[in-house]
Amino acid sequence: MKTVLTYLKPLIPRMLLGISGKFMGTMAELFLPLILSHVLKDVVARKSLSDILYWGLIMTGCAVVAMVCHTIGNRTGAKVSRNFVEKLRGDLFHRTMRLSAAQTDRFTIPSLESRITTDTYNVYNFVMMMLRAGVRAPLLLLGGIFITMFMDRYLATVMLAVMPILFILVLTISRKGVPLYSKVQKSVDGMIRVVREDTQGIRVIKALSKTDYEHRRYDAVNRSLVADEKRAGITMGLVNPIMTALMNGGIVAVVALSAGRVAAGQSDPETVIAFMQYFTLISMAMMAVTRMFVMYTKCAASAARITQVLEAPEDLVVQSTQDYPDKQPDAHIEFDHVSFSYLSHRNNLQDISFSLPRGGSLGIIGATGSGKSTLVRLLMRFYDTDSGSIRINGRDVRTIPNDERCAMFGLSLQHDFLYADTIAENIRFGRDLTREQIVQAAVTAQAHDFISAFPDGYEHMLAQKATNISGGQKQRLLIARAVAAKPDILVLDDSSSALDYKTDAALRQALARDMKGTTVITVAQRVSSVKNCDLILVLDEGRVIGSGSHEHLLATCPEYQEISQSQMGGAFVE
Amino acid sequence: MSKGFGGPGGRGGGMPDTNRPTYQKLSGKRARGVALRLGTYILQRWPLFLLALALTLFSNQLALMGPSFSGKAIDAISSPLGVQFDVVEENVVKMLGCYLFSAVLSYILSVLMIHISQSIVYSMRKQLFEKLTGLPVGYFDTHATGDIISHISYDIDTINTSLSHDLVMIMSSLYTVIGSLVFMWRISKPMILIFLFTVPASILFGRWRATRVRPLFRARVKKLGGLNGYAEEMLSGCRTIRAYGREGEIGDRFDERNKDTMDSYYAAEHFGALMFPGMTLITNLSLTMITIFGGILYMLSQNGTIAEASIFFITLGGVAQFVQYSRKFANPISEFANIINELQSAFSAAERVFRIIDEDPETPDAPDAVALSHVKGQVDIDHVDFGYTPEKQILHDVTICAQPGKTFAIVGPTGTGKTTIINLLMRFYDVNDGAIYIDGSEIRQVTRNSLRGSYTMVLQDTWLFHGTVFDNIAYGREGATRDEVIAAAKAARIHSYIETLPDGYDTILSDEGINISKGQRQLITIARAMLSDSSMLILDEATSNVDSRTELKIQEALNQLMEGRTCFVIAHRLSTIKNADCILVLQNGAVTEQGTHDELIAKGGFYATLYNSQFS
Repeated sequence: MKTVLTYLKPLIPRMLLGISGKFMGTMAELFLPLILSHVLKDVVARKSLSDILYWGLIMTGCAVVAMVCHTIGNRTGAKVSRNFVEKLRGDLFHRTMRLSAAQTDRFTIPSLESRITTDTYNVYNFVMMMLRAGVRAPLLLLGGIFITMFMDRYLATVMLAVMPILFILVLTISRKGVPLYSKVQKSVDGMIRVVREDTQGIRVIKALSKTDYEHRRYDAVNRSLVADEKRAGITMGLVNPIMTALMNGGIVAVVALSAGRVAAGQSDPETVIAFMQYFTLISMAMMAVTRMFVMYTKCAASAARITQVLEAPEDLVVQSTQDYPDKQPDAHIEFDHVSFSYLSHRNNLQDISFSLPRGGSLGIIGATGSGKSTLVRLLMRFYDTDSGSIRINGRDVRTIPNDERCAMFGLSLQHDFLYADTIAENIRFGRDLTREQIVQAAVTAQAHDFISAFPDGYEHMLAQKATNISGGQKQRLLIARAVAAKPDILVLDDSSSALDYKTDAALRQALARDMKGTTVITVAQRVSSVKNCDLILVLDEGRVIGSGSHEHLLATCPEYQEISQSQMGGAFVE
Repeated sequence: MSKGFGGPGGRGGGMPDTNRPTYQKLSGKRARGVALRLGTYILQRWPLFLLALALTLFSNQLALMGPSFSGKAIDAISSPLGVQFDVVEENVVKMLGCYLFSAVLSYILSVLMIHISQSIVYSMRKQLFEKLTGLPVGYFDTHATGDIISHISYDIDTINTSLSHDLVMIMSSLYTVIGSLVFMWRISKPMILIFLFTVPASILFGRWRATRVRPLFRARVKKLGGLNGYAEEMLSGCRTIRAYGREGEIGDRFDERNKDTMDSYYAAEHFGALMFPGMTLITNLSLTMITIFGGILYMLSQNGTIAEASIFFITLGGVAQFVQYSRKFANPISEFANIINELQSAFSAAERVFRIIDEDPETPDAPDAVALSHVKGQVDIDHVDFGYTPEKQILHDVTICAQPGKTFAIVGPTGTGKTTIINLLMRFYDVNDGAIYIDGSEIRQVTRNSLRGSYTMVLQDTWLFHGTVFDNIAYGREGATRDEVIAAAKAARIHSYIETLPDGYDTILSDEGINISKGQRQLITIARAMLSDSSMLILDEATSNVDSRTELKIQEALNQLMEGRTCFVIAHRLSTIKNADCILVLQNGAVTEQGTHDELIAKGGFYATLYNSQFS
């Protein structure tokens, strides 16, 4: 909460303006019932028409002042919360994008998402509410208590006795009720899950004639959702009747007790009328205060989650060459006894060593989960190795500054990332590239033809996740992005699996033609994608079980032979 | 202003759900139709609904009577003859009774309304879901999952909110407005004139709010949705962004959108800031006017200028009552515009739901359809033409003759109709022309259940649902015993893996929980298929490789599954293709080559080219 609150600091002057607006507005509101009782009691007794009109004018003034001041207060409050959350959310997003891969894994992406979306929203809502009702309600409460005390201490005490009851009851119900709504949400998710599963598995369901079974399955989640909704509704439904009953009960008590006091000359009926007004105001204010208590819990939890990200330590800092000295650059890329694990209970890569000359090509092949992609991630320093070192041009990757390292690579990863923007922008990817470079890259990647076929060509808009183009087209755009800046090292991780064999062959020729001098790393499941590489590594469960050229492996590595034989090449694979 | 504490639609005041669809207003005629149909759901529960109606009226009547007793009590206190304790006492007791009773009744009412609306929502969801499962597969191929889910969640939720909240609101608002007007009329007719100002002001204010301000609030929800979507999209690509070192640029773009979103938030709040103060202003001005007019009339009544019989006569208690009634009177009026808006949303949500309920289900089995039994597995596809849409034909004149127990490998480039053949065999779609026979019976002349039951199907997208491993396997056959399931798992080479799971066969498979690999998921679906004793198999081979040990198990399990069955395999593995009794090469929707591996290689056609391309 503290870290998050510091974002309010620069906004304090404006906040003060808002708070004073709310203050004056609330004061003006508080005067109204007082004047009402004054008119009915004293002014009427003076029998002066002009006095009544005079006070009426003052009341009108108060009402207008209340409105204007509250509006100003609310507007500055909105402005403050707007600026506050914009900065907070912006910083959170920037920090999130700069988290290291290991940190991202620990937080998990869905959790980071909800921190940027839901948590900032909760904090925004709370700040907004505090700046509005948070000022008005306590002021109304205190002011109301003060004035009623001043008017008739005895009646005020009676009335105030109701407040703690109201507070405790409503707070208790809310504390019980809010978790019930989270439970409803869970049930909704469960209900939706069945619908989603059945929508996706409709063929299986129909093939096995399981509709009745599914109806029963849905009925169970439907019933439990209904039960949860009822429970939550029935609990939270108590709040309003209790609040009304207590409020009216207080009014009844005031009327009843005032009878004796009026008879004894200690009070007067006009005071009772004013009390009824104040009591309504105070009860409403009490409700608002209770609500703030409920919301505070939620906001504090959100603030804590945001702080965790904002204060996450800097990871993967650039190390000095004293700790990781340079070596003779006799290879472009060198892995030197590298071991690594994501969660440190199983080695995802174990003792990997190889070296690759500049302009050479490396193929990595193996089953899903054998560590192919991990190897590439280490080379790009998404993670640091547990032991051993990785060198590019003889420099340990840990000593290469981020910008410099990023500029070396072009990559197209498995399930890589295309986003809702133009095709040109997806290739450019926020870099300083000319139109010629983009088109040239598309030509190399065999993407130019299909891009040109769109009426708006390179300005064609992709949908989110590029759902409006085919898998093969996606892969070609990613490759275009990867080659556009003529990188030193090109990483193609499972990036041509959706291409038919003709396009795949053309692509490989074009890469060889246009990317001379670039070291190419190809990760694949298919032998045909890697068989022309200078060096092929066969991985199984994080170990190298074979390395060398295609012919060498065919002769020496039984696993490689097996993979090679079980595959029919690209043509039959969708 | 808000619906209190997390009303039915509020879900405890969380973030506005930015996926919620925006509902268009229906035309008068369509709205009436939908309203009538929604009305039938209510009519089916008419006793409860009548009770709710009675409760609404009764509790509102009690709440309305309260202030009148308090007015009498105040008159008794301020009586020139001194405090009349007995009158005060009587009225205080009545007042207390009214308020308490009214609170209790209103609670009972809200419970009753939750009950009614939940019962309606329950049966609507049930009806909708059962309708969905009866729709032809084509419906799911042409409608996005997200849209279908949106109907069953958001649309029905919108209807629910309206049923449980708006209906009562309308009834009680109407009653309160009319009732307080009657009471005020009795207290002082001339003072009613005050409402000549406040009522139009409330109505105008409410309308302005509903038509001008609400759209701004809706627009900001959309903007926030856009921003959140952007954040999610970029987060999903954070790895790539990091690799290219583009965090700065992406961050700057986020800042722009963030600013834009917050501007639209502020644009709405700019007016939103006026809401509560504006409402309060109207209430306060009416209080002021009551003070002035009431004060003057009370003054003149007290000093005898106005006779007690005059309509201008008013007591102190009268003024007090008037103040309370005027508050009751004003609030619902400014709410009306809002409620009407919500009703319109509910109608268009209901229309979307009814549209699905009115969809055409799968054509029923022919009246003389027979159930297939003891299927040998002879499948004849006879000159079949098919297209998903009339404009685009997928299969032309396909003829395949499959003998019992033989394996047919279907190969060919993407999009040539391989999966379409499966859709036709299973009768997920019906052929446009030609016919398909099983053991000589035309498949449109047999019952769907028996037709589909004579196939076992293993698809490449392994479909598992949220449930135990046991449930997922036993899904293959109604009433499968524990032993049968274990035997099937053993046959699928997945038994020993399942034993290592924390709860064995009772382990729940879920997205969040146990992380089982792709290969193991495949084995579980194979185990499910093992339970079936059908004579034909449809197999869509997976394209992706799993580790070689699991791969070996899958192959062994599949071989066992294929034994003795007529098999249609959409094949990707060379071994499967080579071992097939017949390879069908599908090109542009037609079978262009047919024969064994050796025959086709010898023929030197398309298949031979493809096969040799891997050695080039």
